[in-house]
Amino acid sequence: MSEAVAVAEGPAAPRAGGRGPRGPMAFVRRHPTVALGLALIAVMAALSTLAPHLGTVDPIRFSPAQRMRPPSDRFWFGTDSFGRDVYSRTMYGGRISLIIGFSVALLATTAGLAIGLVAGYLRTADAILMRLMDGLMAIPSILLAIAIIAITRASVRGVLLAITVPEIPRVVRLVRGVVLTLREQPYVEATRALGSGIPRILVRHLLPNTLAPLTVQATYICAVAILIEAALGFLGAGTPPEIPSWGNIMAEGRTNFQVGPWMILFPGTFLAVVVLAVNLVGDGLRDLLDPRFARRL
Amino acid sequence: MGVVAVIVFLLLHLAPGDPAALIAGDFATAEDIARIGKQLGLDRPLHIQFVAWVGQILRGDLGTSIFSHLPVTRLIHQRVEPTVVLSVTTLVIAVVLAVPIGVLAAWRARSWVDRLVMALAVCGLSIPVFVLGYLLIYLFAIQLGWLPVQGYVSLTEGVWPCLRSILLPSLALGSIYMALIARITRASLLEVLEEDYVRTAHAKGLSALTVVVGHALRNASIPIVTIIGVGLTLLIGGVVITESVFAIPGIGRLTVDAILRRDYPIIQAVILLSSGVYVLVNLVIDLVYTVLDPRIRY
Repeated sequence: MSEAVAVAEGPAAPRAGGRGPRGPMAFVRRHPTVALGLALIAVMAALSTLAPHLGTVDPIRFSPAQRMRPPSDRFWFGTDSFGRDVYSRTMYGGRISLIIGFSVALLATTAGLAIGLVAGYLRTADAILMRLMDGLMAIPSILLAIAIIAITRASVRGVLLAITVPEIPRVVRLVRGVVLTLREQPYVEATRALGSGIPRILVRHLLPNTLAPLTVQATYICAVAILIEAALGFLGAGTPPEIPSWGNIMAEGRTNFQVGPWMILFPGTFLAVVVLAVNLVGDGLRDLLDPRFARRL
Repeated sequence: MGVVAVIVFLLLHLAPGDPAALIAGDFATAEDIARIGKQLGLDRPLHIQFVAWVGQILRGDLGTSIFSHLPVTRLIHQRVEPTVVLSVTTLVIAVVLAVPIGVLAAWRARSWVDRLVMALAVCGLSIPVFVLGYLLIYLFAIQLGWLPVQGYVSLTEGVWPCLRSILLPSLALGSIYMALIARITRASLLEVLEEDYVRTAHAKGLSALTVVVGHALRNASIPIVTIIGVGLTLLIGGVVITESVFAIPGIGRLTVDAILRRDYPIIQAVILLSSGVYVLVNLVIDLVYTVLDPRIRY
């Protein structure tokens, strides 16, 4: 870590210790929305990983005799037009959403970080990379994602790529912005004078300063990724239809909405709750990591 | 725009799915596929295809659909009305509702009104367009029967029936947009309200309304206008989904159908068109900046 950052952290350390009681309850009291968001995500993660033990049946088994049953004691969330149990499918569906959400957040921030660092520091690369990013930004992410899906064909990996690519430019802009303001700082100049190579300056001295805003951005990307994955599934352009994902369940329910609204309402509620939880965590993180912004929002 | 054109072109031409093989069908021989490919000009080198394609576009020819053999411009022309009506209605509803709500939240900051507005905004950002769309249909169309369930009534059949058919889609589509605008309005206004001149305005006895709306809002308007422009991609993307939910025969539906059938010319045209609209609107917004803040010059 650079000298400047270490100095900035110096006086902050004792204050953190003296900020009142510690422990989980204190955290909940100080940041109720973050705690709520984290709790909801934990519950959802638990539900989807423990899906096989939660009274579910095989989520892809057809039982034509039980088609389009409304919610009841036996089928909590009803059944779809193939007689599949919507409750089981919804529980299993959480897996895809959560996996896609977190992987996209990780992939997009990593790729964006690398491109952003280079673009921010190297003037020659900047012009080309940023034009490319501007071009990508001008295409609505859903359209771009659908176009990429059309190329890669429906698979989980294809969906992952299709959702990641449109998110990268946003990360690049953020990282580049931070790097542009930092590159002229005396401490960077000093490291350069000491003979540090470009990779070292980028990774050791500039990268750590981007992490705070990047974490916040990653959370929002996670929320957007979950939404887009469901939207793609809903449009019939997402993961293969036999995989239970919330978007696919809702796509199934689309044609039968007037007779069987449960096929859309139950997975839809789960989807909205997860995205809400991730957004709450994002807002909370932003307030924590950027106090100047916290006052305003 | 040039970059978008290159991206769009490469994206769809590097695709493994061969449209010639798709058109020829399952029983076609290799010669059939080659013949159709030649008709479509798919056998030429990539850069020559690109130059030919750009030349066509500049002449206003977006190509013909691989499937229906109709010119893409005509297909888009047929579908453009519902999409434009939906987008404009949504934009108007969102701006007209969200800005005052944001102002209210900033004015009464940290009160229960503020907290309620912010909670609703987070929910608005979190509920997917299609889930909200179906909720609205379920509530207002199926249960209460106030509005039509799905479908679109053209403007030519009267403004009122058209608005009735477009109201629920606009609300569903506008929720994210409204949440974004309301949050930014509040944040930006809160910052301006701390300025000295706002205190001066209060001190000289102006009413709270005059101060907030007349003095502060204009200076807080730059970020608001910016987010309206940036959010436009969200709106365009949302249109695709909304049209599917509400069975509106617009450009979004055209796109989804085209993608499922790998109808390259339509996909290219729609992406180009939507990015064109995006660039154009953001240009207009840059010009609006100079009106809102005369200090900005280009």
